[in-house]
Amino acid sequence: MNITHHALEEATVVTLSGELDGKTAAAAQQQISPLIPSGGRILLDLSQVQYMSSAGLRMMLLLYRQALAQDSKIALVGLSGDIRDTMDATGFLDFFVVGESLDSGLKLLEPSP
Amino acid sequence: MSTVSGRIDFYPTHNHEGYRMRAGDIFPFGATVAASGVNFSVFSSHATDCTLVLFKKGERDPLVEIPFPPEFRIGNTYAMTVFDLDVENLEYGYRMDGPWDPAAGHRFDPTKIVLDPYARVIGGRDVWGAGPEGDNPYQHRGRLAFDDFDWERDRPLEIPAEDLIIYEMHVRSFTRHPSSGVRNPGTFAAIREKIPYLKSLGVNCVELMPVYEFDEFEGHRPNPETGEMLFNYWGYSTVGFFAPKAGYAATGRLGMQVDEFKTLLKELHRAGIEVFLDVVFNHTAEGNENGPTISFRGLDNKTYYMLTPEGYYFNFSGTGNTLNCNNPVVRSMVLDCLRYWAAEYHIDGFRFDLAAILGRAPSGAPLNNPPLLETLAFDPVLAKCKLIAEAWDAGGLYQVGSFPAYGRWGEWNGKYRDTVRRFITSEAGVNREMAQRIMGSPDLYRDRGATASVNFVTAHDGFTLRDLVSYNEKHNYANGENNQDGANDNYSWNCGAEGPSDDPAIIELRGRLMRNALAILFTSQGIPMLLMGDEVARTQRGNNNTYCQDNELSWLDWRLLEENADQLRFTRLLTAFRHRHPVLRNRWHHSQRDYVGSGYPDLSWHGLRAWQPDWSPWSRMLAFMLCGRHARGGTVLDDYIYVAMNMHWEGQGFEVPRLPEPLSWFEFANTGIPGPQGICEPGEERRFENFPNLSLAPRSVAILVGKTPADREEQPWLSK
Repeated sequence: MNITHHALEEATVVTLSGELDGKTAAAAQQQISPLIPSGGRILLDLSQVQYMSSAGLRMMLLLYRQALAQDSKIALVGLSGDIRDTMDATGFLDFFVVGESLDSGLKLLEPSP
Repeated sequence: MSTVSGRIDFYPTHNHEGYRMRAGDIFPFGATVAASGVNFSVFSSHATDCTLVLFKKGERDPLVEIPFPPEFRIGNTYAMTVFDLDVENLEYGYRMDGPWDPAAGHRFDPTKIVLDPYARVIGGRDVWGAGPEGDNPYQHRGRLAFDDFDWERDRPLEIPAEDLIIYEMHVRSFTRHPSSGVRNPGTFAAIREKIPYLKSLGVNCVELMPVYEFDEFEGHRPNPETGEMLFNYWGYSTVGFFAPKAGYAATGRLGMQVDEFKTLLKELHRAGIEVFLDVVFNHTAEGNENGPTISFRGLDNKTYYMLTPEGYYFNFSGTGNTLNCNNPVVRSMVLDCLRYWAAEYHIDGFRFDLAAILGRAPSGAPLNNPPLLETLAFDPVLAKCKLIAEAWDAGGLYQVGSFPAYGRWGEWNGKYRDTVRRFITSEAGVNREMAQRIMGSPDLYRDRGATASVNFVTAHDGFTLRDLVSYNEKHNYANGENNQDGANDNYSWNCGAEGPSDDPAIIELRGRLMRNALAILFTSQGIPMLLMGDEVARTQRGNNNTYCQDNELSWLDWRLLEENADQLRFTRLLTAFRHRHPVLRNRWHHSQRDYVGSGYPDLSWHGLRAWQPDWSPWSRMLAFMLCGRHARGGTVLDDYIYVAMNMHWEGQGFEVPRLPEPLSWFEFANTGIPGPQGICEPGEERRFENFPNLSLAPRSVAILVGKTPADREEQPWLSK
């Protein structure tokens, strides 16, 4: 699992690539957790994630909870059809704002007028 | 306050082939992911030795076999924590050593690897219908469950029993038909997509046919006529009591069935719909002495099964073996299991298949005070769960009305089913019994109240509602048992032609009879249960036992929603009517007296003449009136309701009883009028103009509402 991040406008974009499972989830959480801003916006780009296991789903939900606690908004972008279907069936998708691309994800996180 | 991180027992004490372990926690039984490793705990009363067998997911041969050292054993339990396991890719089982002495009840066989009875996830049938591998000696494998789940604010709904409308359904059948239009047909996720349909139908409880892991390949065989594969489709044959069926989850192939099922439960609750599980504690998937050794037989045969003095299996279930439910060890397992589903899955109620068996002693004799039933009735975790018994078994014990209830147990009222069937098919002399059934069967449940009675006309066993009025005989040849399976006493009537008919008169008559059954069901006291698809006149082509049919005989065809839109609307309006009128939902039986000073008894019987019911053995006409001031034992004000039932093949005139001033009668439904005119939105009833003369068509039911003409504004208590 490889994790990089950069700023896009005022949001943080974290790009994950590889497989998110029991072997990689803990390390991924350790890397991403400090990147969650306080009172800001964060986008998780999952377009290069091919597989997400139960442990991966749980890590995502923990990130969501952390963002919520820090008054930040979080969105997922670039979900593959399979992962989206899995997240939907298991209920994890319900928690997240989901965008097709970084741009649309960013728009979705903008404060509503 | 600061705390030291970790615990002093978070370190391994033993090593086996590179695997580090220590003595485990006995509780909870099963395999549990703990902070320091995975904790395995299992018990056997008669084993002499136990070995934990670990696999990498899907591999034929074990990773390692770790014998339990003597110091990891307390009493008859074995517990061990193993460190550094890959919890997502692990499978496990046990090898039990002990005597092979069938005459003494022991069938230990250390050449076999057996499934943990407490396994919370079971692999091996991850995708429905994906067959067993040929040479895999250990097919049903324990796996580890992630038990953390974000329930948000959910908890069981605790809807009062008298307010329930149950919908009995099969997980796969509900959406497997291509017409369902869902993304993952036949799954838990697909039910979630159909929640709006359930809502619109007005049901507030779904009762799921077995969802514990079972093997659809058990006894599978080709249909002798068509070659199509016949499965163990219904799943009344449990492999593991703690695991949801993987093949019912769209994500079963990923091992995420626990999350998927919990998500469905959370969403159903959010929609105000309770979930009951149909649980099968009377037998297991291991069959008799010729069946496979999956779990219980190899773990502790003598404890888990009722055995004859010669060591053979008692067969009160009709399926080869009988779980020994009143053995204290098995009783604990059943309790652990139900508590687990109530606590971990927020299940609202349980329906116990062939529950009379649960009241039998290990010898098979019926007990006066069965400890298992008593335990469940008084358990604190299960305290708000509905407990419903199918109060008979295949060994001839029939306890409808006499099931040991402890004030807690309800029953599937088989007598309700039979009485309504006889009544709507115009059998003479049923009036007296029909009256009892409509009142919530006080003759059966005098001290238990109307909610002890789950009223149904059809259920998964037997004809669908449409087939009930389309077939005189069962037509089960597709099951490959020469039409010998399935019930013979169906009290059905084909209305003049066996099976499908083009005759408009027959079609119309069948529709009317179905509406009669629905009208009676939803105006009876007790808990109504609707069988999946009866609202749209689903057919099984005369098959009254589709336990092996994974095909269109069982699946709900969603095109019927349009084809039989009138019946669907009729059903929806009836459920809405029931929800609107508390007078239909008394918890306790009616006294047939006036105890609030309304001048009317809480419930009164009538015939062609008001106040004069005809109880003669040739009568087929009956009517009743509910006094709105006696709703919910007189604590709530409601409208009056009058229901007239003419089961005669000729039209009849009923004299409708006079209402107190200033109320008048309004017509809600009349099954003698086909199409949309036969029923209206509750609250929008047309005034009944011909008082007191109500003319009923042959074999039809009318429902009238007595209320003030100005209606709602003046009666704010009715506006809810």
